[in-house]
Amino acid sequence: MEWMKILGVVAGVLMLFAMWPAYKWWSQNSPKAEKGDWNAALLAIAAVAAFVGLLIMLVR
Amino acid sequence: MNRFDQAITQSEARGVEANKVLKNTYLLLSATLAFSAVTAGASMAMNMPPIAYLVALIAAMVLGIFVLPRTANSASGIGVIFLITGLMGFGLGSVLSMYLALPKGPEIIATAFGGTGVIFLGLSGYALTTKRDFSFMGGFLFAGMMVVVIAMLANIFLALPALALAVSAGIILLMSGFILFDTSRIIHGGETNYIMATYGLYLSIFNIFISLLNILGVMSGDD
Repeated sequence: MEWMKILGVVAGVLMLFAMWPAYKWWSQNSPKAEKGDWNAALLAIAAVAAFVGLLIMLVR
Repeated sequence: MNRFDQAITQSEARGVEANKVLKNTYLLLSATLAFSAVTAGASMAMNMPPIAYLVALIAAMVLGIFVLPRTANSASGIGVIFLITGLMGFGLGSVLSMYLALPKGPEIIATAFGGTGVIFLGLSGYALTTKRDFSFMGGFLFAGMMVVVIAMLANIFLALPALALAVSAGIILLMSGFILFDTSRIIHGGETNYIMATYGLYLSIFNIFISLLNILGVMSGDD
């Protein structure tokens, strides 16, 4: 199990290393949201959350 | 040709190019997902241990970080993406073997598989039909993923089931955002390389599937 923890840490650190340049670029260069953009995105994500809730009810 | 005609022609050309990238992305995505399924089947047949998941994932990430960006503009990029997705599928096989051993295992896997498909197709269809540019979410999504990965790293040592569930839920929501983000970038010409576009969408689908497996596995009572 110790090996699993070590490999898990390696995987996590690699993910952070991979995402860091993209995070830096997008945090500085993201275009501004237009009117209604955030509502449109949050509506879709809320639908996903509700759908996952439905899936949980299916397997219980 | 006056300037108005020229502007329309340029806009049409961009639209045609974006549609070409979209078509190639979805074709390559279908092929890589099918290939992953084959390697997952091979891994299950070989009864690979759980550690194979992490080893395969690390190898795939190294290829994705250091090799794919350098080869994405050449034909060898196709070979690299198949290697990456093959490795990830192979690692997934050992996870699926673990779930199949549970009493409700096949039901959990089938539900996670179907759920992932519905989420991906629904979000892609939504991004394609609303035609909104979701690239404004980039900073927020990458920041969110950094937070989730740090939480994952902490939970390796804390081993809190509630935190693991929260991380899985966070990954599903963030990856859903990434599907909107990546699809709208292709439509609006922000991503012109279909190999890198495929890689992004594949990672979103893979992560949603793994996280759904985890949540459904815990919530069904088979932990």
